Amino acid sequence: MCATCGCGGDGPVVTVAHDHDHDHDHDHDHDHEHGHDHVHDHRPQHSHVHEHEHDHDHSHGNEHSHDEHSHDHADDDRASATETITLEQKVLAKNDLLAERNRGWLAGRNILALNMMSSPGSGKTTLLERTIREMSGERPIAVIEGDQETMLDADRIKAAGCSVVQVNTGAGCHLDADMMAKALDALDPAFGSLLFVENVGNLVCPALFDLGEKARVVVISVTEGTDKPLKYPHMFAAADLVVINKIDLLPYVDFDTEMCEKYARSINPGLSLLSVSATTGEGIDAWYAWVTKC
Amino acid sequence: MHEMSITQSVVDAVCEHAAGRRVREVKIQVGALCAVVPDSMQFCFELVTEGTLMEGARLDIEQPPGKASCRACGRDFTLTDLILLCPCGSADVEILSGRELRIMSMEVS
Repeated sequence: MCATCGCGGDGPVVTVAHDHDHDHDHDHDHDHEHGHDHVHDHRPQHSHVHEHEHDHDHSHGNEHSHDEHSHDHADDDRASATETITLEQKVLAKNDLLAERNRGWLAGRNILALNMMSSPGSGKTTLLERTIREMSGERPIAVIEGDQETMLDADRIKAAGCSVVQVNTGAGCHLDADMMAKALDALDPAFGSLLFVENVGNLVCPALFDLGEKARVVVISVTEGTDKPLKYPHMFAAADLVVINKIDLLPYVDFDTEMCEKYARSINPGLSLLSVSATTGEGIDAWYAWVTKC
Repeated sequence: MHEMSITQSVVDAVCEHAAGRRVREVKIQVGALCAVVPDSMQFCFELVTEGTLMEGARLDIEQPPGKASCRACGRDFTLTDLILLCPCGSADVEILSGRELRIMSMEVS
């Protein structure tokens, strides 16, 4: 995705983390100019028009060319020539369809996928590092890392000892089902794996995009403030589990765990909550038990 | 800025259904409880439609308000945010509207 305007560009970059190579030749070539007259050249201008002939054959008799007035915004001259088509479909229908496809793919391989979401710096990667070290005896673990840029998190996960693929979204602020499908393709997780998807650090956008996961986990840390669930309600409404991380820092910060839980449940009454420290391991067994039961 | 991706999804779906015809107007619903800002969508719409069958089209955004029904007292009430609390004090509520994110219709010529 283009970093300047957020346009489609080359799309996200999926990179499998290897042991030593840092080949920087991944194709970021933004071979389009920034006049905006380029952006959608590659987008389907629908050459498969013929496939739909049947549903609009009556409109083929338009003698006048629309090119002549395609830029005039007067609305009243089009009354007779227009046709209203009812769609009534979900805006994210395509994403949801791809997500269901991912869900089927994962179920067929008995893979448990968990979508991990949080603001940047809540300790998602640290939590995953410990989880990989301590749970990998039970079943194979694989990770999809989403970040705007860099392989840094993928390298950390790789060092913890599991297969990982990095999705760099560029200007994109979330992973979507299509990126997930590409990442699954590149990662090819083993049958029966536990798959963590570390979404882009962001408490707003990822909430809307189903990836095909079994459950959604939101990680917040005690350094972020008690009222986070009220400030970012959509994320907490979408969650199945909230992990409150960094509880080893509770003596040093003004964080009210009970109140935070109450706020989170006021948004999402069915929510499960756990308190852990990914650094010291405090409370971590409850997290492992939740994952195992999931 | 997920409005960019969401607007892109609208434009993709509409262009597909337009099947080569020029699109004049698109009507969508963005519920008040969706995490989607209509003004941002309008802004993205202009960018995303450039060079497509939808260039110059109008985006008509209807915003269904947040409404919920209380399972405890049976009353329907307005929700202005995602805090699921009935005026009677019960948190056992069902959201009836406000989460719509739908393409309703389009006008082609």
